Amino acid sequence: MFLETVAHEGATFFHLAPLAVFVPLLGVLLNAFFGRRWGERGVAIVAVGASGFAFVIAVLQALSLMAHPEGAVVPIAEWITIGDLRVAWAQKIDTLSVTMMLVVSGVGTLIHIYAVSYMHYDVRYKGDPGRYARFFVYFNLFIAMMMILVTGDSYLTLFVGWEGVGLCSFLLIGFWYEMDILGRPSTANARAAMKAFVVNRVGDAGFLLAMFLTFWFFGSLQFDEVFPRVHEVAAEHPWVLLAISLLLLLGVTGKSAQIPLFVWLPDAMAGPTPVSALIHAATMVTAGVYLITRSHEIYAAAPMAQEIAAMVGGLTALVAASMAVSQYDIKKVLAYSTISQLGFMVAAVGMGAFVAGMFHLVTHAFFKALLFLGSGSVIIALERAHHPLPEEGGHGHEHDEHGHHAEHHDEHEPFNPQDMRVMGGLLKRIPVTAWTYIIAALALAGIPPLAGFWSKDEILLEAKHLQPVVYALLSAAAFLTAFYITRQVLMVFFGKPRSEAAAHAVESPRLMTGVLVTLAVLSAVGGFMNAPGVHAFGHWLEHTLGHVPVLEFDPVVAGVSTLIGLVAIFLAWRVYRATFAWTEWSQDPLRRYLRGLYDVLAHAWYWDELYQVVFVRGYRALAGFLAFAVDWTFWHDWFHDVLIAGGYRRLSRFLSQPVDLGIIDGIANGLGNSVRGLALVMRRLQSGYVRNYALAVMLGVVSMLVYVAWALR
Amino acid sequence: MVPTSFYIFLAALLFTIGAVAVLVRRNTLIIYMAVELMLNSANLAFVAFARQFGDISGQLFVFFVITIAAAEVAVGLALIVTIFHTKHSVDIDAMHELKG
Amino acid sequence: MTVPVTWQDVAALLPEFFLVVWASALLLLDVFWIREKRTTAWLSALGFVVALVLAVGQMGRAPLLAFRGMVIADAFSVFLVALFALSGLVGILLAQDYLARNGIERGEFYVLLMFSVVGMMLMARVADLVMIFLALELFSLPLYVMTGFARPRADSEEAALKYFLLGAFASGFMAFGIALVYGATSTTSLPHMVDVIQAGEADLALLTAGAALVLTGLGFKIATVPFHMWTPDVYHGAPSPVSGFMAATAKMAGFAALLRLFVLVFPVVADLTPVLWALAALSMVLGNVAAIAQRNIKRLLAYSSIAHAGYMLSAAVAFADPHLGPQAVAAILFYLVAYVLATFGAWGVVILLERRIGQEGLLLEDYAGLSRQYPGLAAAMAVFMLSFIGVPPTLGFFGKFYLFRVVLDAGFVGLALIGVLTSLVSAYYYLRVVMLMYMKPGEPIVRREPRVQATVLAAAALTLFLGLTAASSLYAWATEAILRFG
Repeated sequence: MFLETVAHEGATFFHLAPLAVFVPLLGVLLNAFFGRRWGERGVAIVAVGASGFAFVIAVLQALSLMAHPEGAVVPIAEWITIGDLRVAWAQKIDTLSVTMMLVVSGVGTLIHIYAVSYMHYDVRYKGDPGRYARFFVYFNLFIAMMMILVTGDSYLTLFVGWEGVGLCSFLLIGFWYEMDILGRPSTANARAAMKAFVVNRVGDAGFLLAMFLTFWFFGSLQFDEVFPRVHEVAAEHPWVLLAISLLLLLGVTGKSAQIPLFVWLPDAMAGPTPVSALIHAATMVTAGVYLITRSHEIYAAAPMAQEIAAMVGGLTALVAASMAVSQYDIKKVLAYSTISQLGFMVAAVGMGAFVAGMFHLVTHAFFKALLFLGSGSVIIALERAHHPLPEEGGHGHEHDEHGHHAEHHDEHEPFNPQDMRVMGGLLKRIPVTAWTYIIAALALAGIPPLAGFWSKDEILLEAKHLQPVVYALLSAAAFLTAFYITRQVLMVFFGKPRSEAAAHAVESPRLMTGVLVTLAVLSAVGGFMNAPGVHAFGHWLEHTLGHVPVLEFDPVVAGVSTLIGLVAIFLAWRVYRATFAWTEWSQDPLRRYLRGLYDVLAHAWYWDELYQVVFVRGYRALAGFLAFAVDWTFWHDWFHDVLIAGGYRRLSRFLSQPVDLGIIDGIANGLGNSVRGLALVMRRLQSGYVRNYALAVMLGVVSMLVYVAWALR
Repeated sequence: MVPTSFYIFLAALLFTIGAVAVLVRRNTLIIYMAVELMLNSANLAFVAFARQFGDISGQLFVFFVITIAAAEVAVGLALIVTIFHTKHSVDIDAMHELKG
Repeated sequence: MTVPVTWQDVAALLPEFFLVVWASALLLLDVFWIREKRTTAWLSALGFVVALVLAVGQMGRAPLLAFRGMVIADAFSVFLVALFALSGLVGILLAQDYLARNGIERGEFYVLLMFSVVGMMLMARVADLVMIFLALELFSLPLYVMTGFARPRADSEEAALKYFLLGAFASGFMAFGIALVYGATSTTSLPHMVDVIQAGEADLALLTAGAALVLTGLGFKIATVPFHMWTPDVYHGAPSPVSGFMAATAKMAGFAALLRLFVLVFPVVADLTPVLWALAALSMVLGNVAAIAQRNIKRLLAYSSIAHAGYMLSAAVAFADPHLGPQAVAAILFYLVAYVLATFGAWGVVILLERRIGQEGLLLEDYAGLSRQYPGLAAAMAVFMLSFIGVPPTLGFFGKFYLFRVVLDAGFVGLALIGVLTSLVSAYYYLRVVMLMYMKPGEPIVRREPRVQATVLAAAALTLFLGLTAASSLYAWATEAILRFG
């Protein structure tokens, strides 16, 4: 066999690695310039081809690594040279980066294929078919940026990719920037994009500061130069590694949507569903997990940071899972679920269980991508039943020529195809979507032998040994996970249809269902790559992470977690069984048990509102204050009127008092009057503006001279 | 001979008077005169130092400053006259349309 | 006694000489012969091209003191002189259509611009205290007039008067500061001053006070807090091409003299380090935060220019460190290039959108929907905004990178922190422009003025292209432009 020969004799393809970046970039250029001319088919071929090519490259890297597990560094270009600092752009090919490459390009290509069909509908329902090409331009750009991120051999290159994927995320969340998710003219989507960007900048500040510190104390940003010196630096300045790892963690909380910076991810669902699947579930948001794993030497040297990271992850997992319980938007449930699952991963890599965390990253990419794509399939199915496109020749209810449904919904709420309250009974209408969705849901709930079970079990096992508190948090989160996903499945697929659209839903085209089935297979069997006794994935990563102790499979942990899952599913079924007969959604049954708490959960614990009050408003107020008050009102009113004019008035009053008292009469009268007169003139003189500016100059000079006098004393 | 420091103190005093006058006067022409006073106090300091050092270059500087002041007067008066045409006032406080 | 002017003297100042002669001739030609003002514009543009060629011709020569040590032609000054010549050219390209369409095209504008550029070039050449004052006034006086060029518009006149009065006020401090420095060192020649200071014969107290006053004068020109307050008003009221020209070049000129003085002559007054630190920090904070509340794009860019002055000044805080001085100079020169490119570009966009002078098309909302109708222009503006923020791979990113590196090397961690945090703050208002252009529907009205459009696109292309490919070589070039006396 050719492949085996290659694997054994060691033909290497490392030199091809740059193509994983440049071919998607080529796709970007081609579609950007010729996309409109080629039509949808041409765009699709180029985009899927570029992404698929990247996947082939990733597979070749994996094959090469089997023969040469030590990996390679592939230089691409000299980039920045300043004195002793040389930053070359090189790719680091090792088992960790190739794992990420495989996930990004593999799942990415599947989602590309799905999007070919999905976006066909989406651009028509949103009323601008011309935007089809632009979507794939951004999508390919994202793949390229993600490749830069995962293959970078220094923090700087990683940061470039980090910012690049952030940019793509920003562009794609705001893809329908002139409307909200229902197609009504609004800035809602644009605001969501802005929010994601701004919140991420907070995280990026942490990352940047971490880079500064790293460069300061290590003199380099190259992984190969930083990591070997970790112990040396740790011995000299123990706080440095703690600071670096905590600052990196801040970056992680931004990109991977952890407490306190997770607020952008639910809003990011404003992007088209394939975007949510690829960027905001499977790949980009896991970059934080990758970053911690990549920096495992630094974290290992800062145990306190590890504890904090694990706690952040554990808390996020639990809090986000609780928020998912009471959402009605099919994608919002998945968004909070993603935050929660990312919490599992961050907790895992945070406490040092890098293999478990990366393993969950991979399986999660499979089943969460599947869930999102499934939800997209549901949404399109409802849209098509609600008003078919003219090309399908159907007669929908309220069908209109332009496919815009903004214009004729003035009086009542427009139909929201993402609202689970209008679904129900879809199992019979769209069986492929439904069954694949259920497989993914079970995988998420951690039911054996699906993929999610193995990876989650491994995290729980490690947590039990390393940090029992986190273990408790994660177990509770696992319970809520199984509960909310069961709730969702029941609301969407079971019971009776609760709207006309749900009753007439149409199964999605083969291109989409094909992808769903592929991902369902992966979600079902993907867990076996690191199942107890196999540990292929663990051994694979050992080449990069060093020796990883394998914990014995613990039937108690596995049994408990399975039991938790089953109990949660049963409870959800008990609570929501009542809704099966409904033809119209009324009050959520869960609300009867939780009452006020339910609303708190539904509003995501009022987290956004808190930020709005504390940060956004405060910040605006400060900015306004500085611009107007300090620059203008302050100088003018306060300084002039209060200090100078006021002081003068007081002085003149003091001086004229003797006059009033009649102690100095006659001669002094004139003096008092002139002083008072001068005061009046003065006060009118103080209303000038140029004067304020001159006064600022003057004050600056005086304080400089006072300082100089003090310094030279 | 009067010590140099006396001159410098006088110059500093004149300079301060000029600077404060800029801050407190509202007639644009007078403000400009105050600026001239500041420049001339610098001249005084320069000449005093030049005398102390017996150095001609310090005195040269004074001539340049005087020349520049003349050029500034040309520009400044032109501006003030232009504004007087528009606003019929040389009150500096009348100029506060631009702010924020 | 005659003062012989040798050919060497002329050769050292060749671009300036040429421009002075050319501008004087043009002044006469414009009055007596030229009918079309456009001819004056083209001729002055030609003058800048020649000056640029002459400046490039000076590259690689050994440093040369000329005119009895009044000026110097070293690598640093040649670098800046070339940049000034180019800026003059861009200034004319931006201004011509604007002046014509607003009915204020008068031939002396171009002549004034040329004289102003000569003054700026001399700021880079100074080797004597007298020259600093002369050059400063030479470039400022034409700027005052150009600011008021839209007379009888009240805002333009008001801006001119404010700029003039405050500029003269600041010059007073400058002159007095120079007097004190002279008193402390008994010489006006900078190279001699270095010797005097090294021999320990200088009066340190007097020198420090004088340096602080000189800093006031220069700080006014580069618009650092608290000497900045004229900036928003003047940029707002002046005709937009003048604002753009000032924002780019006056800052360069101020920094040229500031670097020469502080890095070469004043390292001994290390006591001023905290003062510079404070000025830089205040500028970064106030400029960026105040910009957030702006609705007028000209005021926004004005506050942004204050902030950028702060960034550049933060590298200059390291002036007293003999090892870091050259690096700081290189970093600031590099940042200036990035800043000047983005500034000219952004002001070019402002000029294209300004409907009637100073009236319509200046609010941020007027940029809504720009990407729909003019994708090239919007993309260019986005590039400038990103470069201002310092997002890779634009030139602005490398500028900040090199700057903060110097700041960190000098040990001013706090200042670097402020820099990083304020540039994050700045992302808020810069990105708001991008968001308006790309995500808000609107019907912007844009002038079709090919010269301005070409300038904007070229600036955007350079900002991106240099960032992607030539950042290192540009920095290497800036590093070679080391300051020297002989």
